Amino acid sequence: MQKAVLQLETLACPTCMQKIEAALKNVDGVDKASVKVLFNASKAKLDFDASKTTLATIQKAVETIGYEVLKASEK
Amino acid sequence: MKRYIQKHRNQITIFTLVVIVVAFVLHYAFHQTQQSEILLLVASVVGGIPIWMQALEALRLKIISIDLLVSIAIIGALTIQNYEESAIVAFLFLFGLSLEQRTLAKTRLAIQELVSMAPKRALRVGVDEAVEEVDVDDLQFGDVLLVKTGGQIPVDGLVIAGEGYSNEATITGESLPVFKQKDDPVYAGTILENGTLRIYAQKVGEDTTFGKIIELVEEAQDAKSQAERFIDRFSKYYTPVVLLLALVVWWISQSVELAITILVLGCPGALVIGVPVSNVSGLGNGAKHGVLLKGSSVIQSFSKVDTMVFDKTGTLTVGNPEVVHVISYTKKQDQALQYLVSVERESQHPLAKAIIEAYKDIQSLPVSQTRVIRGDGIIAKVAGEVVMVGTPTLLKNHQVIFNKQMEADIAELENQGHSLVLVSVGGSVALLIGIRDVLRQDIVKDLLDLQKMGISDLVLLSGDSQSAVDVIARQLGLSKAFGKMLPKDKAAYVKELQQQGHVVAFVGDGINDSPSLAQADIGIAMGSGTDVAIETSDVVLMNSDFHKLPYALGLAKATNRNMKQNIIIAIAVVIFLLLGVFFSQWMNMAIGMFVHEGSILVVILNGMRLLKYKLKK
Repeated sequence: MQKAVLQLETLACPTCMQKIEAALKNVDGVDKASVKVLFNASKAKLDFDASKTTLATIQKAVETIGYEVLKASEK
Repeated sequence: MKRYIQKHRNQITIFTLVVIVVAFVLHYAFHQTQQSEILLLVASVVGGIPIWMQALEALRLKIISIDLLVSIAIIGALTIQNYEESAIVAFLFLFGLSLEQRTLAKTRLAIQELVSMAPKRALRVGVDEAVEEVDVDDLQFGDVLLVKTGGQIPVDGLVIAGEGYSNEATITGESLPVFKQKDDPVYAGTILENGTLRIYAQKVGEDTTFGKIIELVEEAQDAKSQAERFIDRFSKYYTPVVLLLALVVWWISQSVELAITILVLGCPGALVIGVPVSNVSGLGNGAKHGVLLKGSSVIQSFSKVDTMVFDKTGTLTVGNPEVVHVISYTKKQDQALQYLVSVERESQHPLAKAIIEAYKDIQSLPVSQTRVIRGDGIIAKVAGEVVMVGTPTLLKNHQVIFNKQMEADIAELENQGHSLVLVSVGGSVALLIGIRDVLRQDIVKDLLDLQKMGISDLVLLSGDSQSAVDVIARQLGLSKAFGKMLPKDKAAYVKELQQQGHVVAFVGDGINDSPSLAQADIGIAMGSGTDVAIETSDVVLMNSDFHKLPYALGLAKATNRNMKQNIIIAIAVVIFLLLGVFFSQWMNMAIGMFVHEGSILVVILNGMRLLKYKLKK
């Protein structure tokens, strides 16, 4: 399991948070239970299986629903 | 396209406003009803597009969002050709969003300032002594780094060369510069005010103390209390219920107008945003003043605390024994002190450390024939004289005679909780030294402040002797004090208090007190920037500053009050609006939207008051 941290654009509405959370959970290979969107810090944290998906795919999932990812990092 | 529209939402909002204004001017000044209606239709559609997109996006992820309620309301108004209302609702909703974004950014500012203080670049010294500038993300354990005057220390590490003064306010909240030289620890995020240092990196990035503080604060502001989780769940079902209610109303009354009005009025805006806003402002204020509160559930229980239990050493006291009394029985006091210091410099005993610390400036004389009597002291020869340093027993065992005055002094100091060191020179008593762990400055006032804020019981638990504990309890006016307590006894006592129905906070220095910190409803650590203290407790007082305790309690109470106010405002607005629909003539969806957006602003502004919170003198 890899850990990913996405720094998002400033989140302003709680619905945005729900949407991003749902979008991330829909990515195959992302550990659903680990997805955590921090509303105030405008960050998303999650664990993913590196053999099934990549950081770029995860980033894309957020971007397709219309939110900007400022910085994505894994460790 | 999608991103383009979302990015230019502010321009769309302004465009919508301009079109609406022109439409009204045409209508009322020039009576051009036809053109006016067309313009309002344009404004509704242009303003509606970003909202519809958001709603569809959410729906695709199976979320029924506020955007959906508003979208349906706008479309509904369009179908009954009420273009005026559809345009105004679209505009107000968009305008509200951008206002929300702007004011929210302000509440988050305090924490963002903290985050922005994290180091970004570092000067790394290579094997060939070449210095290169690198990103802190690329640093590793064992790197050697160079920090110049005015530079930021990029890692937690040790100084290997150079010296200078560093400002550690970001870690400790204390802005007096600290002198650093070889082998001193330095912390990431602190500023070297002058000098040049070479640092050996021990911890980098998120593992540094500063990195941990940031992570903790970030997680804390989103850690949800039970009340908040309830609101989350509530709003998840609330929105669909409003949708359903509107449908039912439409079906019964056959009035689209009424149904869409209910959709708009039912938006849960202020309720969803109100609590997080108070939370973030309160935590941000604390973080700026050296008080870390770990999330809103901590704030809630902290504000209910009625009993505080304190550890003694390092919490109520400074934690370092100090020489507080010196009684002399000789005319040659300076000489006796010099003998004492010379002997004590040979020793590792904690009391010896306190004496050496108190008389740093005295030169040592050569000491010979040193004999250590275990548990009692030292006998040695200094400048040809036999010098004994130790307990009264040591001296008595070696035929030193005590007069009545000496016996009385010894008894009195012992009674006050001092540890005693006696010095004899050439077989007669020369000095009596009382050493004690001193109380923190102004602590009596801090404890009084706590009592004023509703902490009815202040309890002291300590591993020290009962008599030492009693002395402190009397000085500080504590309600109860117990000595000879092991860590597990302390935790058991805290549990007992809880079973009696008290909400208990335990204040300790983090490491040996961890069982009690965990058992208490609120564990408060006197953190001097160490990892353990930061991680095991609910509240951390940075730099072990006891004065921050009343501040922390006051802030928690103010934040809790603020949250409740926001919840009440939000619910009152919804009730007011719904009553308006059923019992008044003037309520329509444009007014409803206006009141809603207004209430969102009110709760945000109310939350922002916490950023300026100060303890009343």
